[in-house]
Amino acid sequence: MTSDAPRPPPRRRFFGAFGRRELKGLFWQALVVGIAVAVIVFLWSNTVTNLSARRITTGFAFLGREAGMPIADSLLAYNPRDSYLWAFVVGIANTLRVAVIGIVLATILGTVIGISRLSANWLLSRLAAVYVETLRDIPLLLQLLFWYVLMQALPAARAAWRPIEGVFLSNRGLILPAIPIGTPQLWVLGTAMLGLVVCYVIRRRLIAQQMRDGKPRPAWPFVVGLLVVLPAAVSVLLGVAWTIEWPGLRGFNFVGGLTLAPEYFALLIALVTYTSAFIAEIVRSGIQSVPRGQWDAANALGLRRSFMLRQIILPQALRVIVPPMTSQYLNLSKNSSLAVAIGYQDVVSIANTTLNQTGQAIEAIALIMAVFLTISLGISFFMNWYNSRIALVER
Amino acid sequence: MTAIADIPEAPRAARRPQIGNPVLRWLRTNLFSSIPNGILSVVLLAVLAKAIFSFVQWGIANAVWLTPANDSSACRAVRGVGACWAIIPEKYRFILFGTYPFDEQWRPALAVLLFIGLFYLSSRRALWRRELAYLWIGALALISVLMWGGIFGLSFVSQDRWGGLPVTLILATFGLAFGFPLGILVALGRRSKLPAIRSLSVLYVELIRGVPLVSLLFMASVMFPLFMPNGFNIDKLLRAQVAIILFAGAYLAEVIRGGLQAVPRGQYEAADALGLSYWRKNRLIVLPQAIRHVIPPLVNTFIAFFKDTSLVLIIGIFDLLTTAKTAIIDPAWQQFSVEVYIFVAAIYFVFCFAMSRYSRSLEATSGR
Repeated sequence: MTSDAPRPPPRRRFFGAFGRRELKGLFWQALVVGIAVAVIVFLWSNTVTNLSARRITTGFAFLGREAGMPIADSLLAYNPRDSYLWAFVVGIANTLRVAVIGIVLATILGTVIGISRLSANWLLSRLAAVYVETLRDIPLLLQLLFWYVLMQALPAARAAWRPIEGVFLSNRGLILPAIPIGTPQLWVLGTAMLGLVVCYVIRRRLIAQQMRDGKPRPAWPFVVGLLVVLPAAVSVLLGVAWTIEWPGLRGFNFVGGLTLAPEYFALLIALVTYTSAFIAEIVRSGIQSVPRGQWDAANALGLRRSFMLRQIILPQALRVIVPPMTSQYLNLSKNSSLAVAIGYQDVVSIANTTLNQTGQAIEAIALIMAVFLTISLGISFFMNWYNSRIALVER
Repeated sequence: MTAIADIPEAPRAARRPQIGNPVLRWLRTNLFSSIPNGILSVVLLAVLAKAIFSFVQWGIANAVWLTPANDSSACRAVRGVGACWAIIPEKYRFILFGTYPFDEQWRPALAVLLFIGLFYLSSRRALWRRELAYLWIGALALISVLMWGGIFGLSFVSQDRWGGLPVTLILATFGLAFGFPLGILVALGRRSKLPAIRSLSVLYVELIRGVPLVSLLFMASVMFPLFMPNGFNIDKLLRAQVAIILFAGAYLAEVIRGGLQAVPRGQYEAADALGLSYWRKNRLIVLPQAIRHVIPPLVNTFIAFFKDTSLVLIIGIFDLLTTAKTAIIDPAWQQFSVEVYIFVAAIYFVFCFAMSRYSRSLEATSGR
């Protein structure tokens, strides 16, 4: 290593082109991989022996068998005679139902609270700070149990609270008026979705044109046309009826309307409030990361406040906000698995029941892992795409 | 939303005379700087006053603080209008220490104090030396002796009788003490030039981070016996502890990797130029700088982790949250779970809040 005066003769290389360094590297890798393989083989052989001793056949054949477990609250039609596979699908739908709505609500609430923390109003910013500090420092599971207990302590259906006409809050959960959606209604909604996509494309076109000649082109006629006029026209042409279904009390229970079961409602509240505290901090630090000079410059240009926030501050803040937001979304989806503690049947809870009924532990856990890895990859993929769109393009 | 504080207010502030009653001036700048702001303040004050009033009424004015042992009739009389804090003196020994033998409960209490002392000493920057590691080993050994007993005239207490706060602290602290070195190894592995080691590390981190802790805990409680040779079985608490260590290792590895990336290249090259071996280079040059960079996020990971230990409730291990939940199964006290949850939330809050304050003070001083 050091430069000795009489240079030593070049070291003979034993293994052809490999130097000492490479050999060492190979040795370490072989060692680590060897240990990993040995551990896996050991565990695998034990598992195979144990499973055969318990007469459990490995494989996913059990998915075709009758599940026989009740699922109280599900989006998809299900009855206990359906297969395990369908029970899993129902569980996945339940997980997605709480995760997707939770992510949307937590983002909105978190943004509002994050901006409130920066408010010039002392009282508002203090209240937001207290909210964040309290919720962040108490375990989510404890909050979840707390909300669930509160739900159960609500009055019975007969004495339900009615904050607004048609809305009932009782120990049966939250009952809301609903709009029944059938095929004709789906056509209208589909048109609106299509309109949204076209709007997005048109807006990009308009911005690109503005970039070329500097003339601002309003996008709102397209938005109104595609999102309001067109769906309305389709609705009238097809003669789609939009009725509101009002829930009512019959005997001891509610009929009609949209029911959010207490388990679902408690889980949603817990996930949204807990995650929003973290999102609030991310939004706050994102806004604070925009240098003061940017505010000053935008003010000096005499830009309107809303324009300034939208065009100057937000794009810069988003660069800081989006990457940590991705991990919050992932956390929320993973935390939805706490549902098992209060008996909301998400995919983890259903896998757990399956595991107890069939003993197919490895397959059940593998399914949980597959579902969550897919959700994680989906969120990461979407957020990475979004992040690359808003990233700073330099030179 | 309301105005954002960061917007320069210089011209307006200059117009406003800086004289008059300081209280009024404070009110004016902070609560009533504009008409919408003023309306917002009034509304918020009204809501806040209402909330505080009803909480005081429920939690203090109408509350029952003490009842004769195992008699909840006074509490049931005020149900719905007043809190039943009497459940806390009634049940606190069980909530804090679970089913640990009643006469021996000074031992877990002492263990909790030792943990707190250990955390306090570890937070002192002046003590961040090699001796701290010895202190940790010594303290953890002492805690094990206290909890298990069996020597020095202490009677043996098997770990299925442990419960409450000590179990939460044990799961968190041992998870950390073993997860941290594991995290360092995996972080180094992920940045290694050796492809096999790198891909193994990536696989480990991504697999663990990709699934919820709940499923890891299920795996530990249900699948572990399947993995092991017949007849070999280890305790449920230990299995959960292993799951938590593996979980912590993956998350800590990502934080430490961030720190490793922040160490300038020149530091690695200088260490190579000195002819240091890989391990000496990392131990003496790279890791001390890397870890120093990421202490605030590390503390935040610890907080997350401390809270996450409560998930062992799902596999039936008696940590603080489980003992709380069990305490209110008692039919006489069943209706007063909110009070118990508030009590336990306060305990968690004290620990987490202390850590988050500490993390913030570190962030504030590390810039200097």
